Amino acid sequence: MAILIIAEHDNQSLKGATLNAVTAATQIGGDVHILVAGAGCQAVADAASAVAGVSKVLLADNAAYEHQLAENVSLLVAELGTDYSHVIAPATTAGKNLMPRVAALLDVAQLSDVIRVDSEDTFARPIYAGNAIATVKSLDAIKVITIRGTGFDAAAAEGGSAVIEAVTAVHDAGISTFIGEEMAKSDRPELTAASVIVSGGRGMGNGENFALLESLADKLGAAVGASRAAVDAGFVPNDMQVGQTGKIVAPDLYIAVGISGAIQHLAGMKDSKVIVAINKDEEAPIFSVADYGLVADLFDAVPELDGKL
Amino acid sequence: MKVLVTVKRVIDYNVKVRVKSDNSDVDLNNVKMAMNPFCEIAVEEAVRLKEAGVASEVVVVSLGPQAAQEQLRTALALGADRGILVQSDENLESLTVAKLLAKVIGEEQPGLVIMGKQAIDTDNNQTGQMLAALTGMPQGTFASEVKVSGDKVQVTREVDGGLQTVELTMPAIVTTDLRLNEPRYASLPNIMKAKRKPLETKTPEDLGVAVKAHTQLLKVEPPAQRQAGIKVASVEELVDKLKNEAKVI
Ligand SMILES: Cc1cc2nc3c(=O)[nH]c(=O)nc-3n(C[C@H](O)[C@H](O)[C@H](O)COP(=O)(O)OP(=O)(O)OC[C@H]3O[C@@H](n4cnc5c(N)ncnc54)[C@H](O)[C@@H]3O)c2cc1C
Repeated sequence: MAILIIAEHDNQSLKGATLNAVTAATQIGGDVHILVAGAGCQAVADAASAVAGVSKVLLADNAAYEHQLAENVSLLVAELGTDYSHVIAPATTAGKNLMPRVAALLDVAQLSDVIRVDSEDTFARPIYAGNAIATVKSLDAIKVITIRGTGFDAAAAEGGSAVIEAVTAVHDAGISTFIGEEMAKSDRPELTAASVIVSGGRGMGNGENFALLESLADKLGAAVGASRAAVDAGFVPNDMQVGQTGKIVAPDLYIAVGISGAIQHLAGMKDSKVIVAINKDEEAPIFSVADYGLVADLFDAVPELDGKL
Repeated sequence: MKVLVTVKRVIDYNVKVRVKSDNSDVDLNNVKMAMNPFCEIAVEEAVRLKEAGVASEVVVVSLGPQAAQEQLRTALALGADRGILVQSDENLESLTVAKLLAKVIGEEQPGLVIMGKQAIDTDNNQTGQMLAALTGMPQGTFASEVKVSGDKVQVTREVDGGLQTVELTMPAIVTTDLRLNEPRYASLPNIMKAKRKPLETKTPEDLGVAVKAHTQLLKVEPPAQRQAGIKVASVEELVDKLKNEAKVI
């Protein structure tokens, strides 16, 4: 039995989410291979070959895979996938875009957002915004899975010495083209990798007020997140949304500021180790999941907290 | 150009679901049901394309129980022209839904298919991508902007790092994210008018698709409960707790 993991990368570096998928694969058991599909991505393959527990890296380096368009990469993964018992990707937007397409090409189901491995064919995954956990058995020969990063620790990035094998198959469906991207630039940690997160909601009032949270975040080495309402209102960009349909996070410390705690928001952060809520409404549902709740006006409490750190 | 849009009947997003005591599934008895919010966004986008003169007809499709007619009627009240219900009381997995939709697409030949990115019951986020694979169409998933020009559609996608724009050759599949639009409410006259719009019912057998199980649900459990926390009286107490009790700062 061998397991193929689809690397999360930007042609330059291997993203941390891949390491959580490696741990999930190790728990399933069997040889673990990583596919790096991209263009000019040798450095990613080198990083993947150093990951502990990985025995082989497949490197598909071709212009057709440069932007990892699902139309092209799915054809490659479906071709390679027939040699594997499991094909796994992190449940990032890249993994979510690609893997169902792969599964359909292989005529199998896809299991989304797996948080626990029970056996080689049985897995747990959250449903209904995390208000229920389903244990699901796959009846397919090839199991196509996306892994929720918060469910598995990261494998060690060093210590392995996998062989790198070139894959020459080129698939260009010719039906989609990359036009451009606007990526958020920040010196703060990535939301899904941060050990501390300070998140703001509609209560922040406007985008400028997020500076209060940024200052706090910089003192704590934290990432800054947001509720959907704050994103919809244009206070902050979409990549900051935490929740059922945004990013799923589980840092050591999550500080929710001016966030009411709708089930869709809780779905994205309630597995955090310690939760702090600052809200002026003592009835706000966020307090039901908070370890430490402070009923206060955020415009008083946040600057004060900042001053005391 | 014909636009095909899909809607799913799901639990209302305001309802917190409960797990059945025998752990066989969640309890949907007497629970308020509604159109999946991402599907509402899909319907709105299709209707706007029609209002802009880009789409000539909006066909709305749902797959599921007889009661899903309600969600189709809602879509018709929001401006869709015609509805199709693929009726089945069986559990339809994403792959089966995609296979059924592929058949509907074969009959309808739409230029664009707009779907929600995920349904808030299973939270799968799969069907659009699977349908794209089965029909060989390109996919613009998690869309926050859709621009049709000629036989191409440009889709701006919400991705982890920010926004990505791709150009797809139509026919194509788009799945909606939250920022694509703000859906309208149906007006009373439009709800009345919707009752007279055509709604056709088919079965999986009519479409020649066998409903097959690829997964088996073994059990459903409530998530681990968090221990009740405390309220602190001041910022000072909060800092003290975080430093000395939780030891996280
Ligand atoms: C399909 C779907 C998907 C969704 N996905 C997500 C998701 O992924 N993530 C997400 O977050 N939401 C999601 N939502 C939205 C969710 O239902 C809520 O609408 C949203 O989380 C509310 O954001 P909020 O808490 O910032 O705003 P509100 O609910 O408006 O809460 C604002 C809070 O700020 C407090 N406040 C105001 N001013 C102050 C002040 N000066 N000092 C202190 N406190 C103050 C108020 O007391 C209030 O509790 C989704 C909804 C749907 C339908």
